[in-house]
Amino acid sequence: MQPMRTHRGQVIPLDLANVDTDQIIPKQFLKRIERTGYGPFLFNDWRFDGDGNPKPNFVMNREPFKHGSILLAGKNFGCGSSREHAPWALMDAGILVVIAPSFADIFHSNSAINGLLTVALPQAQMDELFAKVAASPKYELTVNVETLTVSDDSGWSAKFPLDSFRQHCLLNGLDQIGITEQKEQFIKDYEARPARY
Amino acid sequence: MTTPSAAPKTLFDKLWDAHVVWHEEPQPALLYIDLHLIHEVTTPQAFEGLRLAGRKVRRTDLTFGTVDHNVPTVKADRFNILDPIASQQMTSLRQNCAEFGIHLADVGAVEQGIVHVIGPELGLTLPGKTVVCGDSHTSTHGAFGALAIGIGTSEVEHVLATQTLQQNRPKSMLVNVLGALPEGVTAKDLALGIIHQIGTDGGTGHAIEYRGQAIGALSMDGRMTLCNLSIESGARSGMIAPDETTFAYIKGRKYAPKGEQWDRAVAYWRTLPSDPGAHFDRVVDFDASALQPWVTWGTSPGMSAPVTGSAPRPEDGKNEIEKLSITRALEYMDIAPGQPLTALSVDRVFIGSCTNGRLEDLRNAARVIKGHHVSSHVQMLVVPGSEAVKKLAESEGLDRIFLDAGAEWREPGCSMCLGMNPDILSPGQRCAATSNRNFEGRQGRGGRTHLVSPAMAAAAAVAGHFTDVRDWDYKE
Repeated sequence: MQPMRTHRGQVIPLDLANVDTDQIIPKQFLKRIERTGYGPFLFNDWRFDGDGNPKPNFVMNREPFKHGSILLAGKNFGCGSSREHAPWALMDAGILVVIAPSFADIFHSNSAINGLLTVALPQAQMDELFAKVAASPKYELTVNVETLTVSDDSGWSAKFPLDSFRQHCLLNGLDQIGITEQKEQFIKDYEARPARY
Repeated sequence: MTTPSAAPKTLFDKLWDAHVVWHEEPQPALLYIDLHLIHEVTTPQAFEGLRLAGRKVRRTDLTFGTVDHNVPTVKADRFNILDPIASQQMTSLRQNCAEFGIHLADVGAVEQGIVHVIGPELGLTLPGKTVVCGDSHTSTHGAFGALAIGIGTSEVEHVLATQTLQQNRPKSMLVNVLGALPEGVTAKDLALGIIHQIGTDGGTGHAIEYRGQAIGALSMDGRMTLCNLSIESGARSGMIAPDETTFAYIKGRKYAPKGEQWDRAVAYWRTLPSDPGAHFDRVVDFDASALQPWVTWGTSPGMSAPVTGSAPRPEDGKNEIEKLSITRALEYMDIAPGQPLTALSVDRVFIGSCTNGRLEDLRNAARVIKGHHVSSHVQMLVVPGSEAVKKLAESEGLDRIFLDAGAEWREPGCSMCLGMNPDILSPGQRCAATSNRNFEGRQGRGGRTHLVSPAMAAAAAVAGHFTDVRDWDYKE
């Protein structure tokens, strides 16, 4: 995965709770055998009508949000299916950070592995961010993975939690399998234990 | 064996501790995986990753493959798949299994079926095991007292390469089910009721253990339905302590321990249930005795009500976000605020999936539909969860009951649960489904899904609308 130290980008407000992975990337696009190329299908049924025309009222079809890279959303983002196509689609569409009150577990780990940063902020701070972007749509945030802060140009800032291992992996772009392979002797020792029955 | 310790442990603690290969804070623990089930949708990129890095599959003997998500359920279409991309995905799994030496239960094989149906019925899923699969409904296998975790494709690749999984230890949660399930109320209603109470993120970050009189009384098929739906409350794992019901189910299954090893296995499995006084990070009580057949009205599994109830009104929402969610869901589902659920007519009925595609589910639906006929405006699909379920159901004559009632009797696969195969809803169609997700478009763009039990689905097929199966006119 690509390392990330800081990221600055346009905010996209998607004020919905329980955004499930079926919405992020509908099932008809899961049949491909590649990891890339899912961006055009991100939020397909919300972004496009049945004939493939953009729906003008969907936030990602409007200026300036169509150029955004930081998605704001409601709680329990990424619930549902384990499809890793969800973070793949978000990243392929240029979204590198999702900020929400909470994330579903599998989506959260899939995102971490791919270097999609999930920032969990309390509802009160989420409300502030949604209000700011409503007041001035060309709203940008800067996320700093070293200091674990998210901030804007007006001086607003918030700390966010990230366990130190995930932080280390993201800062250095580390491959999960490579890390585990360094524990080869521990795996061998485990496999050499007597059977449980 | 579990390490002797003074502190009482939960079932989850025992499963976790027995599988830790390595752990050092602040890194996640490295867990050993005893069973890895794979299917066509979430593996192509994992195998590609192995190839690019020159890695092998570490334990082909602990890896088992099948095809389920994309497989057409009409016999004539199964070997001649019209969708070229779906076909390529299945071909790719065949090639990958052959190249890396993994056993594959392919289309037409007696072992083929939905991953979460075949693992248990083949005796691959056993108490005390860690089970993973690139599918969120892997929580199903927890019904056996296994630690079963749904994973993403990169994690599939990680398990293929190392037979381990990096995991942060989740918190533990006890769902204490009080009382017995009333007549006509099933494990599906229990699961939907629990999700309704704790919310679709109520289990996030937790591994759930279900316990109580109603749980002990459930068959293994019922327990699998309940554990299957754990993920719909946000919990990656849900589990039930193994007991005599569990052992009786497993005994004699193809890959289950035999002879003296069986005796040793049962002795070990008896050590797994939570010790008295073991600590849970969270305890939730759920009253089963007052439960009714349950129906979802919205676009999230927590948006549900008893069949005797009504859809909510936006003003019922506790805050602005909830009000907006209710408005959006009612609009998508084409339901008037406050509309009674029994007033909703259905166009399609789907019985099947990893949630409710097992023999007991088909029996429950058949018992309702026997001697009746599917309503003239309803199309009903019955899709057994596996070849084995299909064969058993046919040996009991269940297929005849469904066919005589005007339903379609299909070949095993995921079918209409997620519509990755030809079985999908048309825009605007309303479906009573025994599956697990009522998300927008899940069963087909613009489709409207209501989650119910198999008996409730069968009753809706006959009545043409939702109806309380507790008042059913059984013709036995």
